[in-house]
Amino acid sequence: MIRIEPRAAPAVGVARAAPLLAALAALALAAIPLSLAGADVAAAYALMAQGAAGSLFALSETLTRATPLILTGLAAAVAFRAKLWNIGAEGQLYLGALAAVAVGTGAVAAPVWLLAPMVMAAGAAAGGLAMAGPAWLKARLGVDEVVTTLLMNFVILLFVQMMLEGPLQDPMGMGWPQSEPVVAEAELPKLLDRMRLHAGLIVGLVAAALMHVLLSRTTAGFRIRAVGENPDAARHAGVPVGRVMVGVGALSGALAGLAGAGEVAGLKGYLTADISPGFGYAGVVVAMLAGLSPLGVVAAALFVAAVFVGADSMSRALGVSSYLADLIVAMALICVLVGGFLARFRVRLA
Amino acid sequence: MAPSAPVALRLQGLTKRFGEAVAVDDVSLTLARGEMLALLGENGAGKTTLMNMLFGRYAPDAGRVRVADCEGVLRDLPPGQPQAALAAGVGMVHQHFALAENLTGFENILLGAEPLFALRRGRRAARARLEALMARTGLAAPLDEPAARLGVGERQRIEILKALWCDARILVLDEPTAVLAPQEAEALFMLLRGMARDGLSVIFISHKLPEVLGHADRIAVLRGGRLVGVRAAAEADAASLSALMMGAEPPPAPKAGPGRPGAPALRLVAARVDHAEPRRRLAPCSLTVRRGEIVGVAGVSGSGQAALAALASGLARPDAGSVELFGAQVARFTAAAFVAAGVGRIPEDRHREGVVGAMSAAENLVIERLDAPEVSRGGFLRRGAIAAAAARVLKAHDVRGPGPAAPARLMSGGNIQKLILARVLEAGPRLILANQPTRGLDVGAAAAVSARLIAARDGGAGVLLISEDLDEVLALSDRVVTMHAGRLTEAGAPAELDRGRLGRMMTGDDMGAGMAAGAGAAA
Repeated sequence: MIRIEPRAAPAVGVARAAPLLAALAALALAAIPLSLAGADVAAAYALMAQGAAGSLFALSETLTRATPLILTGLAAAVAFRAKLWNIGAEGQLYLGALAAVAVGTGAVAAPVWLLAPMVMAAGAAAGGLAMAGPAWLKARLGVDEVVTTLLMNFVILLFVQMMLEGPLQDPMGMGWPQSEPVVAEAELPKLLDRMRLHAGLIVGLVAAALMHVLLSRTTAGFRIRAVGENPDAARHAGVPVGRVMVGVGALSGALAGLAGAGEVAGLKGYLTADISPGFGYAGVVVAMLAGLSPLGVVAAALFVAAVFVGADSMSRALGVSSYLADLIVAMALICVLVGGFLARFRVRLA
Repeated sequence: MAPSAPVALRLQGLTKRFGEAVAVDDVSLTLARGEMLALLGENGAGKTTLMNMLFGRYAPDAGRVRVADCEGVLRDLPPGQPQAALAAGVGMVHQHFALAENLTGFENILLGAEPLFALRRGRRAARARLEALMARTGLAAPLDEPAARLGVGERQRIEILKALWCDARILVLDEPTAVLAPQEAEALFMLLRGMARDGLSVIFISHKLPEVLGHADRIAVLRGGRLVGVRAAAEADAASLSALMMGAEPPPAPKAGPGRPGAPALRLVAARVDHAEPRRRLAPCSLTVRRGEIVGVAGVSGSGQAALAALASGLARPDAGSVELFGAQVARFTAAAFVAAGVGRIPEDRHREGVVGAMSAAENLVIERLDAPEVSRGGFLRRGAIAAAAARVLKAHDVRGPGPAAPARLMSGGNIQKLILARVLEAGPRLILANQPTRGLDVGAAAAVSARLIAARDGGAGVLLISEDLDEVLALSDRVVTMHAGRLTEAGAPAELDRGRLGRMMTGDDMGAGMAAGAGAAA
């Protein structure tokens, strides 16, 4: 019989190693569907590695893909640390992208050097506002933020589609539901010559470092952690729990909004209703893989991006469906959750 | 109990380890039919763990549990299966009652005992049988009220009925009197004795010597997980039992000299709290706590202490009346404002409200004053200063555990309480709200906490002590008020108090006298 017993103290070693082991385990487990699909497993892994990091182009693509994931991952990680379950990063990303387009297509007269920062700031502000609402409702009235943020995703996406077929539609776009492109001065600079990698990556890395400092070194971060770990004790100790919730919500939404603004200003140049293939939802996975640590988010985002970019390239070469990438990421998440479980419980064969 | 009575239960060499720690070490015990056995020991002695093995909550690492079946034949209980224990006739009433709040007493008793899917539930027959059971045992409890509206004693009787309803022949009660007023406890033991005469075997866990001596047939003493002695109650005395329990002479109880009441620290003026739940309501209450005195609030759990504590710690505002701190009327009812005014708060539930378990001991020490210059500068935590201060404070207050950087939840309950007390005292409070400050602590830790409170009083702090432990209130207080159904009644100085009358005031049976004395409370 298998018996499961709580450990007196969580196993720190297991908890630390869990993300890395989970990633490896997920990759190993992916061999099963790969061989079922009739592929040469070793060749498939080699192709995946090559596709993700085998050339400067591959690296650039992986980093480009990781850029929005870092920001949405941070959005989820920061909110989850306060036990504010923001599932709405997808919507906040779109609202950020919409604000970026509104500001970046020349509607605002500003000095040229200020245009790109303004575009990013507009995205952050829009995303932050979109999340401050649900956080306020939760803090004030106890409205479940999982429901509000999740449903807001659909509301916002439909709103964006409406804008793209209405006021914001590109008159030169031949009727396609897409916005005007942002002006060249509002675009984020490219980091590599003739590659898609853009300065949004720098924004993501700086944001990760700032979030790390915020959570571990500041009184605001202290309050966020206290509210997340034990709101009753935090309230009793005089922490304004409601204000912290709204603040964390605004911060989380702003990070997701930055992701959207970065995709518009750094990569696509204009907005369509399919600018994000689920970056917001993937951010939740990234944050969980990272154990809600801001620096871990960078590593987790790189892992998820590499799996997706590598699997795309592998599937083109071998004819295996690229859904394999979703499978690997999902398995990695399950492995991390199992790892967290093993850190808290001991499994015994009796 | 006659030694010839048949054996109802035999525990043989039970051992349970949690990691390195041995919670119960090779305990063997026999219980006769119709016997009342007291299980005596300090907190952490292994009493509850032992009973949880009997009830199948834990599987023992060694040893076995044998229960007599209806024919009196001893049969082994399979380890770790509460269902098997129930079927064998073992019923358990936990310290923290496990009733579904939204169901009536009747539904709670039937819960789990009736089939999940059945065409006819036979409730009428069940009702008749239950009423017969109540008449036979004398356990009276309202059956049609939702459990949420029941008093503590009533809940407990519902729990006992639930156990008997499942044909329990062995009834285990974990600290049954912890939440009862003295008379309620007496009445409970009378009922249990009556049922024991009819053949029920009873084990009750306690750490109160008088009730153990007064009501048990035999007393089993546990210390550090080992059974250190079994005594017939008729031949035992308090001194020898307490020496057995602690392995040494008990530490002297902290002796408080008289306080020197000074200026008012806390004044409630006809303060009233309305709440949907009766147990959290406060009738218009007036109370003054002066600096340099300890005012003890005695009352049965759920009499409105929570509302009083919330008012005094800044977590709730009165719906009418006013609260004054140090002579100034309070306008902002926030915890932070009260801390800033010099109020130290020891919350009732130290794990839920006292500490953030996942954060370190050092962080928990500074959580109330994050913006103080010694804690942060410009919004950034001064981590070195915090760690240094934590090391010093933990040492000064004798808080033991895995160290200032380890999560607070890894500390024992007693040390968590000392940590909270350290946080309160280091801030130099002028008023201390101590809500159940020693609940669940062993004698040594409780004495340390009490001594610190007395020292703080002697240093000029006013102390509002809320406790369900009447002995503690009488030992520490300069002045006692009782609380019943949200009302405060001035009782007087402990030396002049008669326990019987105090008990009646706590259950509301002495309202006339209480009202008369209540005029003094407002002064």
